[in-house]
Amino acid sequence: MTAYTATVTVRLKHGVLDPEAETTKQALERLGFELEDLRSADRFEVDLEADDADAARERADEMAERLLANPTIHDYDVEVDAR
Amino acid sequence: MGIVTVSIVRFGGSNCDRDAERALDHLGIDAEIVWHEDGLPAETSGIVLPGGFSYGDYLRAGAMAARSPILNEVREAAIEGTPVLGVCNGAQIGCESGLTEGAFTTNESARFQCEHVSLRVERADTPWTAAYDEGEVIQVPIAHGEGRYEIDDDRLETLEAEDRVLFRYCDEDGETSPEANPNGSKHDVAGVLGDRETVAVLMPHPERATLPDIGPTDGQGILRGFETA
Repeated sequence: MTAYTATVTVRLKHGVLDPEAETTKQALERLGFELEDLRSADRFEVDLEADDADAARERADEMAERLLANPTIHDYDVEVDAR
Repeated sequence: MGIVTVSIVRFGGSNCDRDAERALDHLGIDAEIVWHEDGLPAETSGIVLPGGFSYGDYLRAGAMAARSPILNEVREAAIEGTPVLGVCNGAQIGCESGLTEGAFTTNESARFQCEHVSLRVERADTPWTAAYDEGEVIQVPIAHGEGRYEIDDDRLETLEAEDRVLFRYCDEDGETSPEANPNGSKHDVAGVLGDRETVAVLMPHPERATLPDIGPTDGQGILRGFETA
């Protein structure tokens, strides 16, 4: 078994309105920053042990499918690094 | 009555469970609050997933409660035809658990909104709307920060083709418009049916529009669904 950190990033699907990101963008503009757009995402860092990186990825993938992301509104990606 | 026993599932953070109990009691419908860890009582013949902030809205509103063991029992009961009504946080739990399609997410305003809204009854041939006429406009309050109905366009098309939209936000004349849509819900959807007509979720609070002492009572007909289902 090897120790891994699986990083799961969950973001809204393209086209799904993100009112909090819009509000944050407006606040940055009020502070004088120039920007075109802003997107927010949730990032989960999962420490786990697995036989190999593929097994770690597969487990993190299932975590995203079953809880961390809501497939109706979210896309997600998983990155796996040895710890 | 007395035959129907509605179980109101209480999670840590539920806060409309007692309102639902009082409202059902007012209508003469037997109801009891059930702690989620205790499971559904054998005599359960109806289920309310009440409003509130179960699990502190951690991760997403309803996400945690939707994955608690009692939801497996609720899903099984729903498949067998037991009427299930999800209100507000209960609606979020319903969608997160797959009882109903779509998701309720952050209001377009990005704010918590507590106000009276008008709803158009899209179908009158379900237990939850048998007390109304199709197209009737009823007044029911909302109180939520995450009530914007979101769903893929093609799935929404299917939902509409199958006539499973139960309520839409509208103005007092029953017309839908961006102004009459309080939270930016897609196609003004305020409530939907599950696979069966006996399963429904909605963001507005019928239990807050039932007791005559506190205002309009247009929500009574929705709760009476437990008698007719």
